[in-house]
Amino acid sequence: MKKIRLPLDEKTIHELKAGDEVLLTGTVYTARDAAHKRLVALIEKGEPLPIELSGQTIYYVGPAPAKPGYAIGSAGPTSSYRMDIYTPPLLKLGLKGMIGKGRLGPNTMKAMVECGAVYFGAVGGSAVLISKSIKKAEVVAYPDLGAEAIHRFEVEDLPAVVCVDADGRNLYNEGTKLYKQAAL
Amino acid sequence: MREIRVSEVTNIVKELFLKANYVIGEDVMEKLACMRETEPSPLGRTVLSQILENNRLGAKEELAVCQDTGMSIVFLTIGQEVHFTGGSLEEAVNEGVRQAYTEGYLRKSIVAEPLFERKNTGDNTPCVIHVRLVPGDKVHILAIAKGFGSENMSQLKMLTPSEGIEGVKRFVLKVVEEAGPNPCPPLVVGVGIGGSFELSALMAKRATGLPLTRHNKDSRYRALEEELEKGINALGIGPAGYGGRTTALKVHIITAPTHIAGLPVAVNICCHAARHADDLI
Ligand code: SF4
Repeated sequence: MKKIRLPLDEKTIHELKAGDEVLLTGTVYTARDAAHKRLVALIEKGEPLPIELSGQTIYYVGPAPAKPGYAIGSAGPTSSYRMDIYTPPLLKLGLKGMIGKGRLGPNTMKAMVECGAVYFGAVGGSAVLISKSIKKAEVVAYPDLGAEAIHRFEVEDLPAVVCVDADGRNLYNEGTKLYKQAAL
Repeated sequence: MREIRVSEVTNIVKELFLKANYVIGEDVMEKLACMRETEPSPLGRTVLSQILENNRLGAKEELAVCQDTGMSIVFLTIGQEVHFTGGSLEEAVNEGVRQAYTEGYLRKSIVAEPLFERKNTGDNTPCVIHVRLVPGDKVHILAIAKGFGSENMSQLKMLTPSEGIEGVKRFVLKVVEEAGPNPCPPLVVGVGIGGSFELSALMAKRATGLPLTRHNKDSRYRALEEELEKGINALGIGPAGYGGRTTALKVHIITAPTHIAGLPVAVNICCHAARHADDLI
């Protein structure tokens, strides 16, 4: 289990390999479909973004509301493929990491290799456990989107696995191939 | 005629959605623990342990086990001797959903209209209600909180009768293989075979709400359930899709009579966060 600091530095990005189990500590920004749509619309118009994304990590999550006394409600990852059409322009702006679950599209993976970025998988449906590693949560943009607003999270030892590394190696494909048995 | 006040339905629906979202059933917990013992992938075992720990925390602290607290689906099986009083039954069910999601710190995930504005309704209503009338004077309520990571990976196909058993097997395996890591495996796979286009989908959804200890009563379909479980677990997808042999916790098949020209097959995928609860009035 490697302890990793966020935002990621260049050396770490290239050391991380698909299949590595990591504990993430530092700052992440949340965004799902609706926030991505707005961010990319701004990029297309050449306007500034409400947050500085360069070097940062986005966590694909729409948290449940926090109970009194909790920093955040349940907050596990959502399916990453839905962000595929928005991710390459964000990577070109300097996004260095994504946290989500499930496959990425070929264009996203290609842009990741070109720009040098890492995709971490968190376990979908382990949202309570993950919420325990979120120490601070604050809405920093698009509050009208509710759970889909952009939050800044300060996380400590968030458990994740490198699913696609900066060389384009992919744990989902490699793992499935390793355990696949002859057809029925 | 037995009178039931709709406010009673509201209270029960509320309690069922709270329970479903906080507490994963013993059947699922036992199966997860049991499959962790046989899972050959070390990473797969870690994922299963993480899910088990998560579900224990959810139940203990009354927190939603997954942040996607789902679209609310309600199956009402109503005895025809029952007369509901005190208002609209449909509104009463929605009120139960509203109360659960606003008071229980559950995420509101429903948009009022699917294509243009997609504006959130703010209270997770409306829910989807399926009603069946049966003899008697009881009401059975099944509440399913259905996450869309797995709902989006579901498929339906109108096979031809000649495609038969092999066609059904091929289709179910194809749906699960295409879904891969996206629907948060290990899965509960609901399969509806027969009926019409919409009935096959409804049966598949109903199947995802069955206890894992239940098997099809017809030994031929039970054997098919087991064969599909083996086939799915041989795909190699594994827990969270990181590779492994624990991909299906259970395959449930429900069937119905169908047309001489048809063989509808619907596959409704449910993640390991199989959230459902039921009660009888
Ligand atoms: S598929 Fe299920 S476990 Fe995964 S994020 Fe959605 S609701 Fe949660």
